[in-house]
Amino acid sequence: MDLTSTLITGAGSWNPLAWILGIVVAAIIAWLIYSVGEKGYKPGTAQTEPFISGNPEPEKGMVHVRSGNLYWGYLEALKGYYARLVPLHTGDLHDYVLWYLGITALFLVLVVISA
Amino acid sequence: MIPQFIVENSPALMVIVPLVAAFITPFIGRISSGIRSIWVGGAMAVTSAITLILAFDVYSAGTRLYVFGARAASAAIPPDSGGIPIRIIFEVDPMSALMLVITAISGFAIILYSLSSERSHTGLESYYTLFLLMITGILGMVSTGDIFNFFVFLEILSLASAGLIAYRIDGGVAVEAALKYFVLSTIGALAILVAIGIYYGEYNALNMAMIASRMQFSLLDQVALVLIIAALAMKCGAVPMHFWTPDAYSMAPSSITALLVVASQASLYGLFRIVFSLYSVTLNAVMVGWLIIILGVLSMVVGVTMAIPQKNVKRLMAYHAVSQTGYMLLGVGVGLAVLGNQPLLDAFGYLAMEGGIFHIINHAMYKGLLFLTAGAIFLRVGTYNLNKMGGLGHSMKWTMVFFIIGALAIAGIPPFNGFASKLMIYESVFMFNPVLAVIAMVVSILTLASFVKVFHSIFMGPKLPEFADVKEAPLAMLLGMGILALVVVLFGLFPGIVVENLITPAAHALVDQGAYISTVLGGA
Repeated sequence: MDLTSTLITGAGSWNPLAWILGIVVAAIIAWLIYSVGEKGYKPGTAQTEPFISGNPEPEKGMVHVRSGNLYWGYLEALKGYYARLVPLHTGDLHDYVLWYLGITALFLVLVVISA
Repeated sequence: MIPQFIVENSPALMVIVPLVAAFITPFIGRISSGIRSIWVGGAMAVTSAITLILAFDVYSAGTRLYVFGARAASAAIPPDSGGIPIRIIFEVDPMSALMLVITAISGFAIILYSLSSERSHTGLESYYTLFLLMITGILGMVSTGDIFNFFVFLEILSLASAGLIAYRIDGGVAVEAALKYFVLSTIGALAILVAIGIYYGEYNALNMAMIASRMQFSLLDQVALVLIIAALAMKCGAVPMHFWTPDAYSMAPSSITALLVVASQASLYGLFRIVFSLYSVTLNAVMVGWLIIILGVLSMVVGVTMAIPQKNVKRLMAYHAVSQTGYMLLGVGVGLAVLGNQPLLDAFGYLAMEGGIFHIINHAMYKGLLFLTAGAIFLRVGTYNLNKMGGLGHSMKWTMVFFIIGALAIAGIPPFNGFASKLMIYESVFMFNPVLAVIAMVVSILTLASFVKVFHSIFMGPKLPEFADVKEAPLAMLLGMGILALVVVLFGLFPGIVVENLITPAAHALVDQGAYISTVLGGA
């Protein structure tokens, strides 16, 4: 049994343990850089408070970006695609059955013709 | 160490234990809910243990043939049967064993989770009875070597699943989802029954090895093939027959949704078993292979793009389940498309199949885990609406860790298990058709984007005032999630061991139709 866990993937190989070793080395290098950085940082002081041009900080519940606001640009860019795709999901059982029967009929034609 | 009686009869015991336990559960429930919990937990633990014993035996000693009504496997063909194996048999090869491993691990983790997550609900006698019947159905489907028996277990599974999808009622919406699932399942099952009738009429047999040995690929066989492919593709949620999936997955209790993922994969197993073991090279492998590939690509793309705009976390995950099924169809479809071409099969066909099959077990683990995390969140905040959540990482740290593991795995981020199987699919499919590999990679990126949104919406941000009192999920639920998370991590860290010992034998068992037939007919 190969305890090094190398996975042969056809065009190459993948060893997660080697990958993790690489991540650990990178983390150590990052920590070394961090450790020689600015020492004047003081948690819990005004340094760590949000600066909103002098305006008061909003309520906590108001600053959380909700799910509905995410990926607006993506959805806007693909508006045409979604305008066609979403209406197909009618929620109507009749449509579900028709799609199933339609695909069965299509497959039947293709398999019989190709045989 | 393990009694020989259990090892020898494990194929029957793994089905009998949950079946008998299911029907005793309502009576045990009359005594006390505590004893019922011990009973169903114990029944599932015993079932998982027997199932794993059988799987281990198959992987170490080869395919197991179990003949019901006869002492010895050699009695599969009674002397007075005209050479036809008329008895019901279970033929458990490494492909079946892989499905058994999935069911054993998932079933045990989910029942552990359910004991806590469903504690406050009524009607638990029905819940646990149907749960154990689902387990019976899945185990029977993936083990049987008799095609009518396959239909019977499929029906047991479908009926139990429909009951559990409707379990919470939820103002009738859950019942509607169950009705949709039930109607489609029944129509699909009828199609399969017609196909079985065709085989019986043509070949005078219901034994799959016997039918395979006589397969002519006549017009009737082509009709039967299409009826079965379409029905099982619909049951595993392949686009464009996936519409029931988000409805059913989102309305079932989360523990049941996790088990529905395994149930869908049992249908996927059935599809692969029929195509490879029953038909193999007699069919037009290129055409049928491409049909499966197209279903896979459609499932990947439509699934992930429909997931991204969802606001209900379980509907979102359900669409991702559709998308991930696409990877499995793609991998195995490529293997099928080159089935008749040995050089291509050796060059990348086996690898593609191994990637697709590896993705089956990986998906069952991480998708089950993700649905369980969704259930834990619902238990604490009472909603699946992503727009209403936020900041839960402050109070549900373990659930968040499990979610991160599941999310990174489904997105194919190293070193989790999803990456290993997707890498195998990318590389092998690239050699078959680079465009398909690029589509698969883009779908993975979109999956990551989708789960970044979910992670941010649920866990990130300041602790919201409405969730100030939210606590971590109960211990039993965390244990259930922890088992699946552990498998996700271990399979990700040691993919070579998993592929070598579980996946490669499964892929070769699926391709080797001759071995499947000769196990029953003995080369007759």
